[in-house]
Amino acid sequence: MAEHYPALQVVVPLLAAPLCLFVRNGRAAWGLAVLASWSALGISLVLLSRVMSSGVISYALGGWAPPIGIEYRVDIVNAWVLVIVSTIGALVAPYALTSVEREIGARRIPLFYAAYLLCLSGLLGITITGDVFNVFVFLEISSLSAYALIALGQDRRALTSAFRYLVAGSVGATFIVIGIGLLYSMTGSLNMADLAQLLPGVWESRTVKVAYGFLAVGFCLKLALFPLHLWLPNAYTYAPSPVTAFMASTATKVAVYMLLRFFLTVFGAAFSFDVMALDRVLLPLALVAIVSMSLVAIFQVNVKRLLAYSSVAQIGYMVLGLSFATVTGLTATLLHLFNHALMKGALFMAMGCVMYRIGSVRIEAMAGLGRRMPATMAAFVAGGLSLVGVPLTVGFVSKWYLILGALERGWWPVAVLVLIASLMALVYVWRVVEVAYFREFTGDERTREAPWTLLWPTWALVVLNLYFGIDAGRTAGIARQAAEVLMTGIGQ
Amino acid sequence: MTLDLLLTHYNYWVVIFLMMVGFYILISRGNLIKKIVGLNVFQTSVFMLYISLGKITEGTPPILVDGYGDADVVYSNPLPHVLILTAIVVGIATTSVGLALAVRIKEAYGTLEEDEITGIEAGIEPAGEAGG
Amino acid sequence: MREEIIVRVGAKVLAPFIIMFALYVHFHGDYSPGGGFQAGVILAAAFALLALVYGLEEVQRVLPPWFVRGCAALGVVIFAGVGVVTMLLGHNYLAYNALAPDPTHPEHGQHYGILLVELGVLVTVFGVMATVFYLFAGRKGQAP
Repeated sequence: MAEHYPALQVVVPLLAAPLCLFVRNGRAAWGLAVLASWSALGISLVLLSRVMSSGVISYALGGWAPPIGIEYRVDIVNAWVLVIVSTIGALVAPYALTSVEREIGARRIPLFYAAYLLCLSGLLGITITGDVFNVFVFLEISSLSAYALIALGQDRRALTSAFRYLVAGSVGATFIVIGIGLLYSMTGSLNMADLAQLLPGVWESRTVKVAYGFLAVGFCLKLALFPLHLWLPNAYTYAPSPVTAFMASTATKVAVYMLLRFFLTVFGAAFSFDVMALDRVLLPLALVAIVSMSLVAIFQVNVKRLLAYSSVAQIGYMVLGLSFATVTGLTATLLHLFNHALMKGALFMAMGCVMYRIGSVRIEAMAGLGRRMPATMAAFVAGGLSLVGVPLTVGFVSKWYLILGALERGWWPVAVLVLIASLMALVYVWRVVEVAYFREFTGDERTREAPWTLLWPTWALVVLNLYFGIDAGRTAGIARQAAEVLMTGIGQ
Repeated sequence: MTLDLLLTHYNYWVVIFLMMVGFYILISRGNLIKKIVGLNVFQTSVFMLYISLGKITEGTPPILVDGYGDADVVYSNPLPHVLILTAIVVGIATTSVGLALAVRIKEAYGTLEEDEITGIEAGIEPAGEAGG
Repeated sequence: MREEIIVRVGAKVLAPFIIMFALYVHFHGDYSPGGGFQAGVILAAAFALLALVYGLEEVQRVLPPWFVRGCAALGVVIFAGVGVVTMLLGHNYLAYNALAPDPTHPEHGQHYGILLVELGVLVTVFGVMATVFYLFAGRKGQAP
């Protein structure tokens, strides 16, 4: 069975999703979801260790050899992203049980888990596949289930935000299909490795450049790069808590992975940076995203929305790393994919605990919660410190590499901006901490700590935040290896 | 930019026209159903792009009739059709999810006009969240 | 439309042929254009026609909502299950050659594999289309 792991990575959650609909019972569906997502985590860890010890794994779907057939191709880059996605998937699934019973009607609970598993398998599929059209198919599987998941939110604004996300997401996906079609028309291939070999021969054609443009806009819509981020804040604010935790830590990460995979592996770093000047386009957008969205986050009154704007700023950091066009910059990007998933997962999960107990995530409603829900708010503080980039947290590690990358290029103003944005993060995290710890509690006297079923996944992420903040060697090593693979391209 | 270019590449002009029409509807219309229609037109233009790419002059449908490997027969490229079949399915799924959302928005807000919805949302902003 | 005799009889006569045509499109799909997706849509259309003429309740007595919803899930299980079976037989995921009854002609497996997979597609598409139709048609909202 071991040689089938690449296929099983996607098939296990994909097969578990319809089974959720057969079991009418919400708890049974939950059990299936936990089982499937933990197996996915196990498989991705095995894949990562195997790739690190013995190199690229290629799996021919249906027995048709690539480039004719669909190939699942696992190298260190996507093995890394698979681990990120499945880790979050495996921790959100157990978290969902208690949270979903409170936030979603009982009849819809099996449907929730089915959509959750479909979204997970879509995201894993985007990451693992080596076929460009397959990327689109999995992208739509994950997006459509994400729209449904967001629309399950209690507030009626969840519906309108899901609709806006649907429009933006479909336009983005359609742009990506146009790009893929134009690439196919120039090369006659859909296999990523094959495209990487064929494209240098047709670099000069206008079609390839137009395809590049369409793909760039499509990906930037999907990863919510400023100014194409408008769908994101509402979607994250009104979605059910576990959905927000899951989406914020995985969906945009996978979109960043797609961007890296297409522009660095398929087109090649040389084409992206020398011919298309990708770095010079992304650099200003990333900087504006970091500064302006951090500023907007400071003035939010809803903590979930605050964290959503902060997510757009953090996406700016990831794109900033790419725009350095160096191995160090890319290392920072890949590290931040993982680190941001850990911290935003923990923060949104803590907000889910708050939502569970007091039914609101507005800042003034959280007055004095530090004493009423100490474990929840401590998790929030730890996640917040990580977001700011305090030493001994993962946030520090990514900022360290980011600043290192900026200084390596001699762009010290960029490094200064990153530091200023960190201070802005301190401001918005502090606003919550100040209200939660230094105000009198005014809410219901019966308010207690969140149940342990919500707390342990939250704290698991917090512990990972601290652990990989102290022992950063392993993650940074993998990220650097992956960055080198991306920069040299698939041909070498 | 001669007439020749216009005529020999007419499929691309059709695609670009449809794409822009769809995109314009999507952006300019406030009604959510019209937005979905615009999105559909936009997606359909891409289907046309793929299918016209697969057509080979003088090519027949790629179905083997009698005997394999007849060298004289030119077949159209079936792969873009297969891809677009998938994309059509995806488009249908997107449309039905969009329409389902529109139905529920209509039930929740009593309107499908985007500006009216925005107005209602702006009105409930302070009170709606404090109560949860 | 419930009183229109021509429509009522016409729909009753047409429906079995539409269902038959759906099966033709499915099973002839590897010789001519067609396949599970088209067949599923045609099959669902037959029931949509009946529902339009005889009313939703009548059709839902024959084809209850839980059944079509189950179909939607079942089809995915069939599709993915074929892949798992080929995997258990020692081949790659969805490698239909594993399904050949006679191991000396593995290519015959392609025939069975595609039919089974398309059957999964048919069941899912039928289930989803019928579910979508039921949901939109059965909605008791404010009339426009």
